[in-house]
Parts: sequence; C-alpha cells; structure tokens
Amino acid sequence: MRLMEEPLIRRDEAGLYCPLGGFHIDPWRPVPLAVITHAHADHARPGCGEYLAAREGEALLRHRLGREARIRSLEWGETVRLRGVRLSLHPAGHIRGSAQVRIEGAREVWVVTGDFKRASDPTCGAFEPLPCDTLVCEATFALPLYRWPSAESVLAAIRIWVEDCARRGMAAVLYAYSLGKAQRLLAALGGSLDQPVLVHGAIAAINRLYEAEGVALGDWEPLPERRRRGALAGRLILAPPSAAGAWLRALGPAETACASGWMSIRGQRRRRAYDRGFILSDHADWPALLATIAESGARRVLLTHGQGEALARFLSERGLSAETWLTTYEGEGE
Amino acid sequence: MRDFVSLLETLDRARGQRARILALADHFARSDPADAAWTVALLLGERPARILDTARLRGLIARSSGLPDWLVELCHAHAGDLAETAALLLPGSGEGLPPLSILIERELLPLARRPLSEREQAVLALWSRARADERFALNKLLTGGWRLGVSRATVVRALALHSGRETWRITERLAGEWRPSAEAFRALIASEEERPDPARPYPFFLASPLPEGPGALGDPSAWLAEWKWDGIRAQLIRRGGTSAIWSRGGERIEERFPELLAALEALPEDAVLDGEIVAWSSDRPDSFAALQRRLQRRRSPRRLSAEIPVRFLAFDLLERSGVDLRSRPLDARRSALAEILHKSSDIVQISHCLDFDQWERLSALRACCRDFGVEGVMLKRKDSPYRSGRVRGDWWKWKIEPYTVDAVLLYAEPGHGRRAGLLTDYTFGVRGEQGQWLPVARAYSGLSEDEIVELDRWLRRHTLKRFGPVRQVEPHFVFELGFEGIAPSTRHRAGLALRFPRILRWRRDLDLAAVSSIDELRALLRH
Ligand SMILES: [Zn+2]
Ligand SMILES: [Zn+2]
Repeated sequence: MRLMEEPLIRRDEAGLYCPLGGFHIDPWRPVPLAVITHAHADHARPGCGEYLAAREGEALLRHRLGREARIRSLEWGETVRLRGVRLSLHPAGHIRGSAQVRIEGAREVWVVTGDFKRASDPTCGAFEPLPCDTLVCEATFALPLYRWPSAESVLAAIRIWVEDCARRGMAAVLYAYSLGKAQRLLAALGGSLDQPVLVHGAIAAINRLYEAEGVALGDWEPLPERRRRGALAGRLILAPPSAAGAWLRALGPAETACASGWMSIRGQRRRRAYDRGFILSDHADWPALLATIAESGARRVLLTHGQGEALARFLSERGLSAETWLTTYEGEGE
Repeated sequence: MRDFVSLLETLDRARGQRARILALADHFARSDPADAAWTVALLLGERPARILDTARLRGLIARSSGLPDWLVELCHAHAGDLAETAALLLPGSGEGLPPLSILIERELLPLARRPLSEREQAVLALWSRARADERFALNKLLTGGWRLGVSRATVVRALALHSGRETWRITERLAGEWRPSAEAFRALIASEEERPDPARPYPFFLASPLPEGPGALGDPSAWLAEWKWDGIRAQLIRRGGTSAIWSRGGERIEERFPELLAALEALPEDAVLDGEIVAWSSDRPDSFAALQRRLQRRRSPRRLSAEIPVRFLAFDLLERSGVDLRSRPLDARRSALAEILHKSSDIVQISHCLDFDQWERLSALRACCRDFGVEGVMLKRKDSPYRSGRVRGDWWKWKIEPYTVDAVLLYAEPGHGRRAGLLTDYTFGVRGEQGQWLPVARAYSGLSEDEIVELDRWLRRHTLKRFGPVRQVEPHFVFELGFEGIAPSTRHRAGLALRFPRILRWRRDLDLAAVSSIDELRALLRH
C-alpha cells in the first residue's frame, strides 16, 4: 500500500503552510519563516521571524516591514533547499518584485502564483509560465465579465481625459494604488504629457525607491504644498484612493477618476462616484486566468482571493480538480 | 447608432442638470431629425417592445459566448444588469449598427411581431453586427429597461436651447401622445405651428396639496371652491370635426367612453374641456374601482357602459371655437364653460362651485364630503390663468385624506401568512432632481386579491435585479399613496420618509410622467 503523500501546501490558521519545508507563504499571522510574494500590505505583514523574498522587491519589502525585519533575498530562479523541499522565486508581473513561488517535493511540483498579471508593465519583470502539478492561483477577477482592454487604449483615454480637463480649467485627479499601479502609470504616461505628473506624498516616497533601483518613471513632481489659485488646471495628479475628502477639496476645481479592474462594471463605477473610471488592473483577467492554468499543465488548481467559486466550478466541469481556499487577501484596491 | 452611444456616455458622466442640457442640445444639433426624434422618445420613457424575456436573453448570451448557463446567471447577478452583462460577455466586435431611427423602425419594431425562433436569430445577428461599444445601448433597446437619469424638464429645456423656442411651447407640443419621426421632431422645434394636430391636448395644470388649513390663503372671496371628484382627470377636445379624449397620462381614451364622445359631439361649438371622468350610479359618484373596470377595456362594450355609467364633470374651458382661453382669468373661463354646457346632457355637466363666504363654512362642507362621494375640495384663485404642470400658488387640493402622492413601484418582496409567496410588500418612489427614482415609502398591499395576483405576475416578468427576496422591478406602474405626514430621515436617500403610508389605488390611468417629484414632498416637510 502506498502512503498518501502529505500535500506540499495546506491552509492553516496563519496562512498557506508548507509542512515539509517548514515555512508559510504570505501568512496573515506572525510565523517563524515567511516566504513573501510581494510587498502589498495584505501579503506582507510584519512580525515574522524571518522573511524570504525576491531581490527585485527587497527595497519595497523593507519599506513595508521596517529596518529590523530579517529579510533574505533570492535572485529570480535561484533555488534553495528548505528542509525537505526545493524552493525558487519567479516573476509574477503584478508589481515590482512580485514573485511566484515554485516548490518541488519528492514527487510533485507546486506553484503559488501570488498576485499576477499577464499584461506588460515597464516597472517589473514579465510573468514566467511554470509547469506544475498543483497551481495555487489568485482569483480576484475570476468572472468572464472581466476582460481587460489593451493598456495602450486605456492610457490613450487617460491622456485625452487630461487634455479635456485642461480645456475646462480643471485638475485631473487619478486615484491609483500607491505601490505598483501609480508607478506603472507614471512609467507609461510620464513622458507623454505636456507637464510633469504631480503626485501625492505617499506615492512620491515609493517613486524614490523605484528610481533608486534605476526604474525610469518619467516626469513627476511632488504636489506642491503652496500654489496659486488655478495653478493645477490641466495637471494630472496621482493620489491613493484614501486621499479624498479635505485633501481633494483643497485642490480647487477637479475631476476625479480611478484606474482599476473594478471599473469594468458600470454599477461599480457609479457606486464609487468618480467622474471617470479607467480599466487598468495589475491582476489577471478571466482569459489570462484560463490561459495561465492551461499553460501550467496542473491537474489540480486551488484558488485564493475570494471570487474563486465560479472558476472552480468552471474548471471542475472541464475535468480539473479545483477548489477555493479562503484567504484574507484583499484583491485589487481602487 | 454611434452618436446615440456617445450621448449615453456623456450623459452618464455629466454632473448636474446644466451639463445634461448642454450635452443633449449638442446632440440634437448634430443628429438627423429622425434619430433625434427617437432620442427624445426614449428619454421621455418610450420603449420599443421587449423582444425577448430575461431567461431567453440569458440563454442566447450563453449560446453566443460559449459559457454555461449558470455562469451567465452568476455574471448577471454580479453585474446587476442584463444589458451590461451581455455587452461584457459577448465576443468580438462587428462593423457597427445603423442609425438609431433605422435600427428601431426597420429592425426592432417589425421584429416584435415575429415568431420566437426568428426573434432569437435576429438578436444573435444584431449582436454580431454591433461594435463592442454599441452593445450596451442595443441591449437596453432589446430589454426595454431604460433609466437614463434625464427628466422630462431636462429634455424640454435642451430642446428649447437647441431650437431657440420657449420651453412652454415645447412642453405644449410634447403633450399627449408624441410619436417619434423626422417630421414630428421638426415640428417640435419649428418656429410656427404648421398644421397642428387637431386632436392635441394642452398640458394639464395640476393642483398642489394644501399644506395647512385655507386660512393662509387670505380673503375667501378671491377663491372659488369645487368638489374634488374621485375619478380620472381628462381633457375633452373637439376641433373642426376631430374629437378626442385624453387622460392625464397622455393616453387617448375616447374608445373607452363612447357616451362622452357622443355628448362632446353634441356641444353647440368646438371646445376643449378640462374635468374629471367619474363613475356614476343613480344620482351620485360611484367608486373609483368601478371606473377602473371601464378603464381596463380598450373599447367599452355597450353592456359595460350600461352597467357602469360615467359622467364628465367639467371645471375648466381651455379653448372655445379655436380660441385659446388659458391666459384669461378662471371666472371668465367658467362663465364661458357654463354657456357652452347650458343645454348639454347630464353626461357632460359642469362641476358646480361650492357656496361659501367664510373658511369655516368650507371646512364644514369638506368634513361631510364622504356623504357626497367625493374626496375633498379644490380651491382655485378666481383670477388665475390656466398654467401648465404643477405650479404652486393658484390651485390647491384639500383632501380628506391628509396627504396623497403619486408614486412609482420600484421594489417588491413576498409577504407573509395568507399571502406568502405573492409579492405584496412594495417600495414606492418619487422623482428626484436629476430624474432618478428616490424610494420614499414602503407599503403593504391595499389592493384587491385579483389585482395582487395580476401585479405579482407582471412584477416577476419585469424584475431588473434581485437582492435576496427583494426584487427591483421596472419602474412602470403608478400608485396613489395616502400618508399622515412627512418626517426627515437620514436612512432614506430622499432625506425624508412618509409616515403611515398606504396604497389608496392603482393608477393605471397615469404614466411615469405623472409621478410626483421630491420637491413636492419637501414642500410639505417645511410645514
Ligand atoms: Zn497585490
Ligand atoms: Zn493580493
């Protein structure tokens, strides 16, 4: 009789746990050893004994976790042995330094995608397809309603909107997640506007980390503290979604927009009361999820991030073993 | 179709009524009159017949996208809107659809009469021809569920801005049954009335609820009082050989009331009368429910006319032998009315003025109005012109019911106990400033068993969205609600809530244009 092999990863109370390797991936509670896929707050939490992460994201992770955190970094594809398994990190294309985790046991290979996207992004390495037996895959936008338009067409629409605001003497305030989305926008847009993009303080701090590592973000300036009336007309201003209210009112006449995958759906656009919604996501859309699962050759798929039930059923009807795993990951902020 | 799609996008983004008016005026200036006519009609609530029901449309979306039915259903629940779900799920992009008027007149309208399989084929073909950005608007035309957030007043002002005509003239030309066509649009914005339709009605002048006793109205001798009849408001029109009867909902109803038509034709001269159609039994008004039975039949069989006789109680004369009298003072119009009806049969009779010289006397009359089968008294300033729409100040209704409002049914959910399983728990709304619907009251059914069953069936077929047991339904049916008062509320989007609301009647004679506005309710809040 063959003994059932213990799964390479299981979900415990702290997160995704690899019993053979003795480590967690993106734990939501403090653990001795945490492998971190990327520096977003819902994936990288403070308080763990030691962290293992991709070299490309080390500075961002340090910014998130503080000076004291013990961080060990790996180059892309560099393999380490952790007790009974071999582990390596590979680009996920979500934000700078975002990694997929490949774990090789005696019989099986598992891959944890972390957050990922397949569209190109000038600020980070492109997603690397990895063959595996079991794929632990994010499912933030796992409904066929979500199909991203090309990034070029969205960026063009943003430029037209900024010009339109300029004609009407308004500032163009674009809300975007301050780590990742904002830099992707700057790298893609910064050079193509008449004037430098103005950014909120929270974004400026992260921009400097990117630029210190040689990522070109185009023309940007911190939003000046003092300014003449009307000085912001026609300027594109990037801010995190949390900076609404009094901060926004102090800008004078302004239109607001949001760049997020959620903007695909009219009801969601309206509920959030932005003047405009641009569909730009750092996550995989439905076609990208299906393509990634197919390319991996995995026979078994585990879905994280909440919206996985529909995809799990869809995959099951197509002969794969698929189920959802409850996690505390939040998906895409707006 | 492209112009219409970009108009929808602009309206979707526009903040404030001014921006919407500008966007519309700009659209009218750039559009072919036939297309502009349909834009106007759609904004005013016209909808081409629904071609497929929700379930069949979902089935077609599944077929066309290659997705399983359950997944399409899940997507529908997630997006909350079937037209949008289809727009997001259908693959590819076609070469584009023809202009709005051609699409509707040559393709959608003829389709409504075709057999089901043909309709399905046609919808699939339309989907593959539509460009990706046209699909949402196309699907809205197919499903009929428009909610564009543009009020009638906004459309009128945009037309006025575009054409340079006065808003009252546009309002007047849009009154009644306005049928979209290039000629109708040109006539709508034309400088001179070219051969006006002899059957056209005038916009009704509507009374506002009297917020407190009549004491605040000042000298009683400046006012005229009449019974407030419990029937439906209507205009009787006779002009150069054409006769018509219009309901306040903008519907022609003369076929339902052949005896009124005959009496109208027997008048000594051409005239436009304003008054109330009331069911009548022996010498007094019959119930509103009796009148409903006459209204439900498109043509009134002789048997029904005999069983439920009606009368027209005329209280105003708007036009006499082709002369528009509306700017004359009310008492002059009423004397002219008395002259015209002098020899008329009882079927069309004058609604007599109540005799009072002090407010106390009128108050006493009102207190016994139940005995006369009426629902209160009307107070009209003797020197008032006949205005259009609901303008406060000159005409007041002082009902026995403390307050009433005409509201639209927006949400429904199943009741409990005896009526478990039937949708009997309703949420009603009024029109907000932007033309959107604002829920203001929840009321349990005050309807008859038959009406409940009929309404239940309709609501299930016209559900737009579901939230657990609650269904959001197409805003379509208007109900008259009675209530005790109004209280400010932070829980309601409208900022106020009706106290002790109840359904008084199902107003099949009214359409969405008659639904009260939030401003009318706010005016009551101030008192
Ligand atoms: Zn992330
Ligand atoms: Zn995530």
